[in-house]
Amino acid sequence: MHTAEIKESFLMAMSALTSHKLRSALTLLGVLVGVFSIIVVMTAMRVLQKNIESELSELGANTFAVQKWPGVYFGGPDGFEKFWRRKNITFAHGKLVADRASLALNVGIEQSFWSGEVSSRYEKSVPETQLFGSTTGCFPAKNWIVADGRALLESDLDSAADVCVLGAGLAKSLFPFGSPLGERVKFDGINYSVVGVLEKRGTALGGEQDNFAVIPLTSGLNRYGRTWRSLTILVQARDQAVYEDTVEQVRGILRAARKVEPGKEDDFEVFSNDSLIAQFDNFTQTVRYGVAAVSSIALIAAGIGIMNIMLVSVTERTREIGIRRAVGAKKRNIMTQFIMEAVVLCEVGGVMGVILGVLGGNATAFLLKMPPVLPLDWAVLGLAICSVVGIIFGTYPAYKAANLDPVESLRYE
Amino acid sequence: MPLIRLENISRRYQMGGETIHALREVSLNIERGEYVAIMGPSGSGKSTLMNLLGCLDTPSSGRYDLNGTDVSQMDDNALADVRNREIGFVFQTFNLLPRSHALHNVELPLIYAGIPAHERKQIAMEALTQVGLADRVHHRPNEMSGGQRQRVAVARALVTKPSIILADEPTGNLDSKTGAEIMDLFEALSEKGNTIIVVTHEEDVARHARRILRIRDGLIASDERVENPVRPAGAKAAQPADTAKS
Ligand SMILES: Nc1ncnc2c1ncn2[C@@H]1O[C@H](COP(=O)(O)OP(=O)(O)OP(=O)(O)O)[C@@H](O)[C@H]1O
Ligand SMILES: [Mg+2]
Repeated sequence: MHTAEIKESFLMAMSALTSHKLRSALTLLGVLVGVFSIIVVMTAMRVLQKNIESELSELGANTFAVQKWPGVYFGGPDGFEKFWRRKNITFAHGKLVADRASLALNVGIEQSFWSGEVSSRYEKSVPETQLFGSTTGCFPAKNWIVADGRALLESDLDSAADVCVLGAGLAKSLFPFGSPLGERVKFDGINYSVVGVLEKRGTALGGEQDNFAVIPLTSGLNRYGRTWRSLTILVQARDQAVYEDTVEQVRGILRAARKVEPGKEDDFEVFSNDSLIAQFDNFTQTVRYGVAAVSSIALIAAGIGIMNIMLVSVTERTREIGIRRAVGAKKRNIMTQFIMEAVVLCEVGGVMGVILGVLGGNATAFLLKMPPVLPLDWAVLGLAICSVVGIIFGTYPAYKAANLDPVESLRYE
Repeated sequence: MPLIRLENISRRYQMGGETIHALREVSLNIERGEYVAIMGPSGSGKSTLMNLLGCLDTPSSGRYDLNGTDVSQMDDNALADVRNREIGFVFQTFNLLPRSHALHNVELPLIYAGIPAHERKQIAMEALTQVGLADRVHHRPNEMSGGQRQRVAVARALVTKPSIILADEPTGNLDSKTGAEIMDLFEALSEKGNTIIVVTHEEDVARHARRILRIRDGLIASDERVENPVRPAGAKAAQPADTAKS
C-alpha cells in the first residue's frame, strides 16, 4: 500500500463526510459522547489529583493531621452532615495532645484565619494571600525552615504578639529590594512586624505555595474569635517505627478529652499523606470503572451507528466501487478506502470529544483555582480507541464493498 | 502472436434452475492496432464479451490469452493489475466519480498504479489535453456536457497507455453530433496505433471501424472487413483539439 492510495482514501473519506453533513454529524455524535465522557472525567481527576498533591506536600515526614473534617471527602451530603454535627477541635484539645502525647516529637496547632491582599510600605500582594495562625510545633511538622530571622517563639504565643513570619514568595513580592526583617506588614487592617522569612519550598506545584504568612495562633484566635472554630492538630511522630503507636496515643487522648463513648467511632479525622493517597486512589478507581462502563456503552452504540451508515454508504456508492475496480483497484484497495472512511469519521468525532472533554474537565481546575491540565496520555488513548472503533465497525461494510462483483456494481442504478 | 486470442470462450449465467448461455464457445483473434466494432441485437452477448475482454469477468469455460498470457485462470488481484495496465474502459453512462473533478477522475487509474502525485497530475493533464479538455480540468461531471463527460472517460481510458481501449456503446447517451465527435476521437487514437474495440447498435458508428463482428445469441455470426471506413469530414486524421472547439 502506498501513500498515494492512503491519501486518496483520506480525501475520499473527507469528501464523503462533507457531502452528507447532517448524517455524518449524527453519526459522529456517538463517538463524541463516548470520548468526551472519558476525557472530561480523566481531566477532572487529574486536576483533583494535583490539588491533593499540593495539600500533601504541606505535611512533613511521619506527620499526621487531626481535623474535624476529612482531608478529602468524596461522599454525598448525608455523610457531610455527620462531620458538621461534630464538636469543634479547640485550642485546649491541642494543648492536651501537646502535653500528653509522649511519643510525638512535635505537636503543632494551626488554623487558617484569613485570606486577602497584604501590603508593605513598598508593594501589595496578590489578593489570595493566606494568613495562618500556628504554634511553634507547626514549623517542624510542616517542614517550614527559617531562612532569615527567626521562627515563632513560645513567648510570641504567650503574649499573642503582633509578629509574623513570611513565606518566601510573599516576602519577595512585598519587599523586592531588601530584607523584610523588622518591617511592618498589614493584614486585614492590622500591622504585624516581620520576625522571619521561610525558605522557598518546592516549586513543582506552581508559585502559589509560598504565598502565605504565619502569626502566633493565639494572636489569631484573639483577633478572629475562638468560638465556631475547629483547629487542626499536626503531630510528628519520633520516627516511622512509632508512627502507628503515636496515632493510637493521640486518638486515645482526644477520645477521652472529647468524651467519645467506648465502641463508638472517633468524632474526628486522622489523616496522613499515605491515607490521603489511599483514599484518593480508592476513589479514582471507582470513577475509572464507572467511566469505562459508560464510555464503552457509548462507543459500542456509536460503532453500530457507524457500521449502519457505512453500509448505507457502500450501497449508495456501488457504482463508484465498480468504477474503481474497473480501472484497477484491488479488493484490498476498496477495503482500505472504506475502513479509512470509518476511521476518519470516528476520529473527527474523537477529536471534538477530546477538545470538549479537556475544556469541560478543566472547569474543575477553574473552580479550584488550579492551573489547567492537558491529559495527553488520555487524549492519545481516546483517539486510539476511536480508530479501533472505526476499524472494528468499518471492517464488515468494507468487506462487503470489496467483494461486490465489478460487473454488477458498474450496472447498479 | 495476436494481442487477443479467445479459444472456445463460454459464459453461462445461472438464473433459478435455468442456464443462460450469454456466450457459446466463441473463438476470436484480434491483432494489436486493430479497430473493431461489435454489433448485434440486444441481449446477444456484446457486453458480456466486452467484460470478458476487459478482465472484469471470467469465462465459465475456454481460454483467453491477452498479450500472450493466459488470463482466464488469474486470481482477482492479478486481474485488477491487468485491468490497470492493459485495459481502458469507456462506458455508455460515462461512469465518472460524481464528486471528483475531471483531473482526479483521469488520475484514478494512476493512483492504483502507484504513480507519485506530481507525475500523476502531469500525465493526467496530457491525457485531458489530448481529448481537448485542457480548460475543463477542475470541472465536476455535473458541470460538464455529456460529450465532455465522455471525453473525460476517454482520457481516463487512455491515461495508462493501455493495450486495448474497450468502449461499450460510447455514443449511446449522446446526440448524433456529439457522438460523431467521440468517434473522431477514437479515429485519432486508432491512427496513433491504439487497439480499439467498440460495441454499438448504430451501423454509422460501426463503419468507423476497420472490422465488424456481428454477434447473435452468444455466437459470432459474421466477421467482416470494412472496405471504406468512415473518415471524419475533410481530414485524414482528426485533431481532437480542433473538434473540441467546434
Ligand atoms: N448477471 C447476469 N445474470 C443473468 N443473466 C445475464 C447477466 N448478465 C447478462 N445476462 C444475460 O446474458 C445475455 C447477454 O447479455 P449482454 O448484456 O451481454 O447483452 P448485450 O448484447 O450487451 O445487450 P444490449 O445491447 O441490450 O446491451 C442476456 O440474455 C442477458 O439477459
Ligand atoms: Mg450491452
